[in-house]
Amino acid sequence: MIFVTVGHELRFDRLIKGLDNWALESGYKDIFAQVAELGEEGYKPRNFAWQSFLDPDSFKSRFEEADLIVAHAGMGTIITALTMKKPLLIMPRKGAFKETRNDHQIATAEQFARRSGIYVANDETELGTVLDGLLANPPSKIDEAASEFAEPQLIQALRSFIYDGRAPKNM
Amino acid sequence: MSEKPKILAISSAGGHWVQLQRLRAAWDDCDAVYVTTMDGYREDLVADAERRGQSTPRFYRVVDANRWQKFRLLRQLAGILMILIRERPDVIVSTGAAAGFFAFKIGKLMGARTIWVDSIANAGALSLSGQKAGGCADLWLTQWEHLAGGENGKKGPEFKGSVV
Repeated sequence: MIFVTVGHELRFDRLIKGLDNWALESGYKDIFAQVAELGEEGYKPRNFAWQSFLDPDSFKSRFEEADLIVAHAGMGTIITALTMKKPLLIMPRKGAFKETRNDHQIATAEQFARRSGIYVANDETELGTVLDGLLANPPSKIDEAASEFAEPQLIQALRSFIYDGRAPKNM
Repeated sequence: MSEKPKILAISSAGGHWVQLQRLRAAWDDCDAVYVTTMDGYREDLVADAERRGQSTPRFYRVVDANRWQKFRLLRQLAGILMILIRERPDVIVSTGAAAGFFAFKIGKLMGARTIWVDSIANAGALSLSGQKAGGCADLWLTQWEHLAGGENGKKGPEFKGSVV
C-alpha cells in the first residue's frame, strides 16, 4: 500500500495528478491519498481513494500500514517517516507555481536525498520512473528508527541555556 | 527565576510543531507551557507528559496566520500578548514562524530569555522569521552547519545539531 500525504496546508496538484497518471499506466491502485482542501479547481484523482484531511489517529494508522510513503518535501512528513522507519519518496513543492511560499522544499529534498530510505522525484516527470524503480526493487527494511528526540548535543545546548549555567536536577 | 524555570514553547502547527516537540527533553522538569495554532495536539502533549513522568503542561491555541494575512496576524499577536502576560515565562523557545517572532518581541520586553531554533526545512537559507527573530534571540541556532555564522560581520546563528 502506498500512502500519499501533502501536509495540512495546501493542495499539491502536480504530485496528485502525476500519481493518478502513474496509477492508470502501471495498474497499481493500492493507494490512499491525503490531498488537503481541493476546492473547485484542485485536481481530483480518479484511480485511487483520497480524502482532504485525516484525523491524527487515522493518519497514523495509514502511515503504519503503508509500504511506501509518497509526499511533498515537508519536514513533518520526513520526520514521521524517519521515526516510523518508512521508505519515503518526496517531490518538492515549487515557489514559482505558488505551491508554497518559496523554494525551500527543493533545498530540503536535496539535503534529505542523502539519507537512506529517502527517495526524491524532482518533478512530476520523474515521479513514474522512481515509482517503477521502487516497485521493481522494493527498498530494504530500515533497521533503525530515528529517535523521538533531537540530537543529544542540541538538547544539551538548550538545556544549559535554559538553566543558565546553574545545575538542574536530573541533568 | 524560581527553582523551576518556566518555559514557553511556541510554534505554528505542522512541521514547526513536530520539530519543537523533538526538543522537549531539553525542558524536562521545567514548568512547560505550549502555544500553537491547532487544537489537536493537546491530548498528545498530556499523554506524553504522563508517559515520561513530567508534570502536565499547559496548552494554548492562537489563530493561524501567515505573513500576508494582516488581520489574522494582529489577532495572533493579541492572543500571544494575553498568554505572555498571564504566564510570564523565564525562557521562550520557538522553531517558527510568525507566532514565535511575536512571542520573542513581546517576551523580550518582559525580560524573558529567548531561543530560536531555525526550522530544518530551511536548508538553503535562513527563514524570513528566523532572520528577524534571530536579531532578538539570546540563543540563535540553525540546524544546518553550512548556514552557521554571520555574513559580512553581521551576527549569525550557531550550529549545535539538528532535530533529526
